[in-house]
Amino acid sequence: MLARAPRDLTMAETVRGPGGARVDLLLVSEMVEPGSRVLDVGCGDGELLRLLEARGVDGRGIELSREGVNECVAKGLAVVQGDADTDLASYPDDAFDYVILSQTLQATRRPRDVIEHMLRIGRHAIVSFPNFGHWRIRLQLLFYGRMPRTANLPETWYDTPNIHFCTIKDFNEMCALTGARMEKAVALDPWGTALKIDAPWWFWNLFGEQAVFVLSRKPG
Amino acid sequence: MSTTPAKAETKLPVLVREADRPRSKLAEFGRDKPLQLDCGVALAPFQVAYQTYGTLDETKSNAVLICHALTGDQHVANVHPVTGKGGWWDIMIGPGRPIDTDRYFVICSNVVGGCMGTSGPSSTDPATGAPYGLDFPVITIKDMVRAQTMLLDHLGIETLFAVAGGSMGGMQVLEWCASYPRRVFSALPIATATRHSAQNIAFHEVGRQAVMADPEWRNGRYFVEGTSPRRGLSVARMGAHITYLSDTALHRKFGRRFQDRDNPTFSFDADFEVESYLRHQGSTFVERFDANSYLYLTRAMDYFDLAADHDGVLAKAFKGTRTRFCVISFTSDWLFPTPESRAVVHALNAGGARVSFAEIETDKGHDAFLLDEPELLGIVRGFLDSAGRARGLVT
Repeated sequence: MLARAPRDLTMAETVRGPGGARVDLLLVSEMVEPGSRVLDVGCGDGELLRLLEARGVDGRGIELSREGVNECVAKGLAVVQGDADTDLASYPDDAFDYVILSQTLQATRRPRDVIEHMLRIGRHAIVSFPNFGHWRIRLQLLFYGRMPRTANLPETWYDTPNIHFCTIKDFNEMCALTGARMEKAVALDPWGTALKIDAPWWFWNLFGEQAVFVLSRKPG
Repeated sequence: MSTTPAKAETKLPVLVREADRPRSKLAEFGRDKPLQLDCGVALAPFQVAYQTYGTLDETKSNAVLICHALTGDQHVANVHPVTGKGGWWDIMIGPGRPIDTDRYFVICSNVVGGCMGTSGPSSTDPATGAPYGLDFPVITIKDMVRAQTMLLDHLGIETLFAVAGGSMGGMQVLEWCASYPRRVFSALPIATATRHSAQNIAFHEVGRQAVMADPEWRNGRYFVEGTSPRRGLSVARMGAHITYLSDTALHRKFGRRFQDRDNPTFSFDADFEVESYLRHQGSTFVERFDANSYLYLTRAMDYFDLAADHDGVLAKAFKGTRTRFCVISFTSDWLFPTPESRAVVHALNAGGARVSFAEIETDKGHDAFLLDEPELLGIVRGFLDSAGRARGLVT
């Protein structure tokens, strides 16, 4: 099982499993059926693609940062420099089994369009994002009256790339509007471990630091 | 004209001799194996001059074809027979280099229309015994690729492990992938485009007009008439060379510095270092390149429009391709800017192709693909290693 990090490490993103991989990425990779075709949107340095490759997945990536792309390509990964907001349109319908958006949704200009494209391009969409409804964030806004900053979201409001924060409830609502079918939803605590599965939404929205959704198109 | 070819040969021995009897490997095709050109002409006989490096493996599966750019040639990784300089992609090709000749069998052939031994306007026309000049048929990028397929057939190689090239070489790479997808396992189109832009056609036209305005060009018959349009070709090269660089690179290299003097001479001498540099580029170029070849090859690039050959839809050119692509562009390349490469990537995505695309940050302009850019070398190496594993060439 996933190794628990010491308490003072409050960043889920830096929590690493036994193989040295990010716990949240391990969780996402395990949601993908072996042998499928995957597009990882915002693939960073290609860590998730590498995890997927080990599962026999035919993985492709899109990454905005030049450094990330060049690192991926030099590792032999099929990654293109591109922007989730503009470049998903060039992919045909049903080109992939899974389209993954990992910790990137909040940085897109038009998140709803991105999700709709993902559901068009792939049979399944896997979306992970930081939950702005987490109690720490709520308390910061309530008590200090300032834009929240956490270990996971350390940037100030004026230099953050994250322009479209949402809560788990907000995301749910948008999914309903786009006609997406929710196959699975998992909320993670700050250490990257999944919260109790049968908890109600308000509980997840308060205690989940990030969430992972698996979506698919509603038939018809 | 009464002048004999023998007399012309005494006037310009190096280029004419190199065109007919190159110091390279030679594949000769007789009248029974014509090269079918886009313009309708069946060129025969004709010959392809080429160089190889490394060893072809038993299953003939490790061949890498390098396509050269406008003013390049087959001497990609050996000392050039005319200039005595090193190969134009020495940094990329060789033992232990990104395109590793310990592992791959590397082939580079002179393009048809060129002047280093593959049939072109400076080759001897068997019908007249004199150099073709403008009697040589107009060729296209696709014709260049057809000639390369004939060379591969001649060598008994069915599938290329990789085909790579920059600029006009990249155009050939894309044409290979569109016309012969099953013969290409992986492709590296670098600093290139699927069509020549209006601006690029315009630059080429200026170059051609400079050549043709030289009174020594003689309607392309300069070999026969014993003249040489070196001034025109030199000006064409100077103009083109500027487009291969960038404002930043030129400024860093030369600034406004004077050449071997402290003050302006109040004349039209090459006062500035940058002028002196360009003049040098022009004058050395004419020693190794044929003026008519320059007209033909720039024309071939102008005519290139891959989408137009596929009902105007670029994605159709790559439909169903199984080739692995690595597309590379450079931030300061204004001749083949990144959006041109991105169009290739979008067309490949539309076809579900396996594609990598990297834009490399550099201020060295279009020529960056020929230079020691560590990121470029790392990306080519990583891409080929991965393709080699998929092909079973690398363990």
